[in-house]
Amino acid sequence: MNSLRPGALARFQDAFAQALLTPGLTAAPDVGTLAAQPAFAVYRNTVVKGCIDALQANYPVVARLVGEEWFRAAAAIYVREELPTDPTLLRYGSSFADFLARFEPAADLPYLPGAARLDRLWTEAHAAADEEALDPAAVARLAPEELAGVTLHPHVAARWAWFEEAPIYTIWARNRADSVADDDIDWRPEGALLVRPRDTVRWLSLDAAGCTFLDACAAGSTLAGAAQEALQAKDDADISRLMATLLGVGAFGRMSHSDDRLKKETFP
Amino acid sequence: MTTVLTAGLGLKPQHYDAALACPADGLWFEVHPENYMVAGGPRLAWLEAIRTRHPVSLHGVALSLAADCEPDPDHVARLAELACRIEPALISEHLAWSTWRGAYHPDLLPFPRTGEALTRIADNVSRAQDALGRRIAIENPSHYLKIDGHAWNEIGFLSELARRTGCGLLLDVNNVYVSAPNLGYSAETYVDAFPTGPVMEIHLAGHTPDPNLGDALLVDSHDAPVASEVWALYERLIRRTGPRPTLIERDDKLPDFATLLAERQHADAVLRAPLARAA
Repeated sequence: MNSLRPGALARFQDAFAQALLTPGLTAAPDVGTLAAQPAFAVYRNTVVKGCIDALQANYPVVARLVGEEWFRAAAAIYVREELPTDPTLLRYGSSFADFLARFEPAADLPYLPGAARLDRLWTEAHAAADEEALDPAAVARLAPEELAGVTLHPHVAARWAWFEEAPIYTIWARNRADSVADDDIDWRPEGALLVRPRDTVRWLSLDAAGCTFLDACAAGSTLAGAAQEALQAKDDADISRLMATLLGVGAFGRMSHSDDRLKKETFP
Repeated sequence: MTTVLTAGLGLKPQHYDAALACPADGLWFEVHPENYMVAGGPRLAWLEAIRTRHPVSLHGVALSLAADCEPDPDHVARLAELACRIEPALISEHLAWSTWRGAYHPDLLPFPRTGEALTRIADNVSRAQDALGRRIAIENPSHYLKIDGHAWNEIGFLSELARRTGCGLLLDVNNVYVSAPNLGYSAETYVDAFPTGPVMEIHLAGHTPDPNLGDALLVDSHDAPVASEVWALYERLIRRTGPRPTLIERDDKLPDFATLLAERQHADAVLRAPLARAA
């Protein structure tokens, strides 16, 4: 034999890959007879099922909110738009929240993209690098004037998000933890913080001040600067309590002292 | 390779605790490295903990060695990094492709075994071995399609690949058993003809008839115990090769760890038989 010319392997793979995902299409000549064999479905099914299984594993709260059947049907559409680009399927579906936001059948479930974002943040926290969490005692030892100029760097596994439109955190947390709570959900804006100072991802709700504070810390603001921004976001924020909470759950990894020690800043 | 491996098990997260605690003599575990290519966190910690007690083998599914392009350098680098961290007893991959033009298809896809393909795959295997600084084993995949245009049969192709690159081979006996009726050849003849020298590892797994096509198409589903016919084929192979590291794969419909361990003991007993005869 050699009907296959140089470059034939690439053409075969182009045609095979296309036939995998577009069953209706008449396959290119290189794989036409293959795609017509009933056994071709084994490859089609394995590829699509592998992607859907990965999405279902990566988006457990979304799957729980909509039910398995709905989830897998939606996921099958997503798979055809966006195959994995990375064989570590834990990372598959980075655009799934955006997909859900424009997915017509999900239009009456406005909280779904937010729940997907938190599922994604959970995965990011779970797989992030390891880092020793900042010891609250190390911060407590600082003199007040020193404290104001220090920068607290969020822990490498910490993730947070603010949701203006819906109580996404409450919806997500109840469904993530198999909670039996069935009392009404207060429909209000909400933020969420996920931390993984050691092995296990933990989560807590965060108000607008908390989210703004962490944003500022991540941007390199001093503690005084971050506190000011937090107070602008929520003027009755209790910054001491917020810091105690964040340090207590391991939301910070390290601290650095501002180079500009002369700048007079006071901790509110 | 410093560790002498006997029979091992594919490791699933559900079995971590039992696997970690298991004292079975010579037990080793195999994982898909793609599941551990993360910066940190509990997955890596689990694998490192297992590694302190048992030898670990990295069985890749995504180097896409049969794609008509070089393996993704980022993926190769991540594999090398994991191998540095875990110091696996074995590293293996498949005679198949999965990543093509940037998209990853989670399967082991077939191709026509041409001279062009052999040149490309030999180059890819060499690149992978150079990056990893060691010999890897290449596995015969399961087959479902009758592909026109093969210039080589699979055994000839794998033998030539091993000759050109110095790579080892991983003979999956269940894949042979499944592919033989699917493509119309004899599993016994295939196993008898397989070159024993390069075999670094043997795989065993369960299979099922295709849900739509029934016995006309066997599927390498890894969701059932190893079939008695596959055990027979395995014993036939071991009589010829002598003991080789053997792994039981199970990915779906996972039984408890003790059930898998019993299957592993079965393989272990087969491996010890030639030694007993020789003694």
